Amino acid sequence: MTASAPPLEIRNLSKSFGERRALDGVSLDLAPGEILGLLGPNGAGKTTLVRSVAGRVEPESGTLRILGFDVGDDRARAVRGWVPQEIALYPLLSPKENLWTFGRYQGLDGAALEAGIRSSLDWIDLADRADDKTDKLSGGMKRRLNIAAGTIHGPRVLLLDEPTVGVDPQSRERIYAMIGELKARGVSLVYTTHYMEEAERLCDRIAIIDHGRIIASGTKDELVKKTVGTRQAVALDAAAPIPATLAEKLGRLGAVVEGTQVRISVEDPAGEIRRLLDLFHAENVPVRDLTLKTATLEQVFLQLTGRELRE
Amino acid sequence: MSMVLAVAKNRLMNLKRDRAAFVLAFVLPVAFFTIFASIFAGGGRATTRKISVAIVDEDGSDASRRFVAGLKAEAGLSVGLKPGREDDPSGPLYTAAQAERAVRKGEVPVALVIPKGFGEHPLSFGPAADRPKLALLADTADPIAPQVLNGLIQKVAMTSMPAAMARSGAAEVEKWSGGLTPEQKERLDASIAAIDKGEPSGAAAAASAGGGAGLIAVQTRDVLGETKKNPTVTFYAAGLGVMFLLFSAAGAGGALIEEAESGTLDRILATRVSMTKLLLGKLVYLACVGIAQLTLMFVWGAVFFGLELWSHIPGFVIMTVATALVSSAFGLMLASVCHSRMQLVALSNLSILLMSALGGSLFPRFLMSEKMQKVGLVTLNAWALDGFQKIFWRDEPVWSIWPQVTVLTALALAFFLIARRFARRWEAA
Repeated sequence: MTASAPPLEIRNLSKSFGERRALDGVSLDLAPGEILGLLGPNGAGKTTLVRSVAGRVEPESGTLRILGFDVGDDRARAVRGWVPQEIALYPLLSPKENLWTFGRYQGLDGAALEAGIRSSLDWIDLADRADDKTDKLSGGMKRRLNIAAGTIHGPRVLLLDEPTVGVDPQSRERIYAMIGELKARGVSLVYTTHYMEEAERLCDRIAIIDHGRIIASGTKDELVKKTVGTRQAVALDAAAPIPATLAEKLGRLGAVVEGTQVRISVEDPAGEIRRLLDLFHAENVPVRDLTLKTATLEQVFLQLTGRELRE
Repeated sequence: MSMVLAVAKNRLMNLKRDRAAFVLAFVLPVAFFTIFASIFAGGGRATTRKISVAIVDEDGSDASRRFVAGLKAEAGLSVGLKPGREDDPSGPLYTAAQAERAVRKGEVPVALVIPKGFGEHPLSFGPAADRPKLALLADTADPIAPQVLNGLIQKVAMTSMPAAMARSGAAEVEKWSGGLTPEQKERLDASIAAIDKGEPSGAAAAASAGGGAGLIAVQTRDVLGETKKNPTVTFYAAGLGVMFLLFSAAGAGGALIEEAESGTLDRILATRVSMTKLLLGKLVYLACVGIAQLTLMFVWGAVFFGLELWSHIPGFVIMTVATALVSSAFGLMLASVCHSRMQLVALSNLSILLMSALGGSLFPRFLMSEKMQKVGLVTLNAWALDGFQKIFWRDEPVWSIWPQVTVLTALALAFFLIARRFARRWEAA
């Protein structure tokens, strides 16, 4: 491990599955102790990118280094942690046994393994359920154990793939606190999520990926400034179906139409909202609701990809 | 009623989508019927297997030669007179000791020793005490062969040695009637001479009609089972043990499929465990479970069924380790080839029952036709069972199982390499 090597360095990474280009020249860096949020619609290439860093996808071209080591190198495996999206645990084993398994698979043994199991159980608040069967735990507990199984060996670089999916708000808060603790320990994290508020709250920097390319990256403020600028978001809900002629006119203004919902970002709210309402009036389509919001990450995403994050 | 039919139709639609279940439901029974029909009915024709017999002619008389020729002409027997190639004119003939060894080693299920003096009194209608007895050396693991041979010996005595039979009959008549007149004796001798030349004779026909067992005195000796407490238990312990070992290895190998489906396999392969190490670890585990299973089976057999385990420990250990290893590698191979649990269940049921039927786990191979016995050697069951039989039934020395151990180990290696090759699909895409 070279002292100056960044935790993660990705250069021109490309990968195709048959005809489909999953990654198309992706370059990314991760700074020490940084949390990088990876956002993108389904099928954008997020999972392929994370799996490449985890060593589970072999890129066709480009380089991928973890603390200066090639991802396939045993030293890279030792400093990398991966928390997959699925609860990838043994349901019949206890939390303690699952932690023993993954700790051992990461090369821990003896006192170090015992200490790792103990501290992990305390960290995820499962010391009192250490010997229960994992499939008897609640969804939130399993999620926490899933994270601990990927961090028991004390990785320097951690890949977290949607760690809060299907988790109740209370457990989600607990997981956020765990991520904060990891960051405080100096762990560098790549965090993929579908939740904008999560990305805004946790991530130091955000990279937006679409069609296998990083289309923007930076802090939330930088992204907003770069993409939406000082524009604000207008959301309109029509009380009747929007005819094709109106949809076409709205499209020319840069609005996104979905059923009766219309979204558009505006520079001059007063003038542009009037123009929007005039169009509805002219086509005789009544408006049920209209809201104006300051720019959010969601808007940035929409602006860049033309799609909702959950599409 | 329409709802009931809707439920039935839904199941039918599911069955059509699930090819593995489809195979189980329709192809498997037909496949098994075919295999069992081949084993028991000789490929559809109602032919019985030929019984191999090693014959030692210590007498070397005209009568004994004629008797051996008669046995050779029997369609149900495959007679061997030489330990080497039968068609080698200069090859040495079997000695009694060699023939017994051949039975012990399982080369033939039965041997026949024709003692000196047989030609002088080949058969008798009287008490057997004073006549030389044929020694029938049998391997009673095959209970049919000695009985068939015994029956054929009596039959051949009547059809191949009518002259001897007539002489013996005449001697009895002379003994009990107080002697024949010179004229009667002359006519009788002429008649017997005619029989010797192969001419039909009233005396021979009469003797044939008289028939009956025990014309030739035969003493059967069980050369293998005479010291065994419970001969058949060895066969069942090994046969069923190997079959269930395969089932449990295939089932446990399925953990690999579950790990792949749950994402755990992905996670493992991102740690410091490589696919080769993972498979080797699973092989070690499966083999240990297999060793424990076979050990339990044999200890149980020893305690409750008189299986002679304690006097065969070294051979048992070697055969058990080799068998557990090959079964485990086979289970891993099946799991790595299949894409779902359902496929694994179908494939393992099909292949394991097939191998068990052909390889002698369900029905002893030595009772199958020669052709089916040879076919059986493509299965690991046959090699494993042969090894266990050598140790427990034939009391052969440990080194004698080297061919079985070599084949099983080579198969284990081949299965493991195939498993490793198929497991590549789980490695980095």
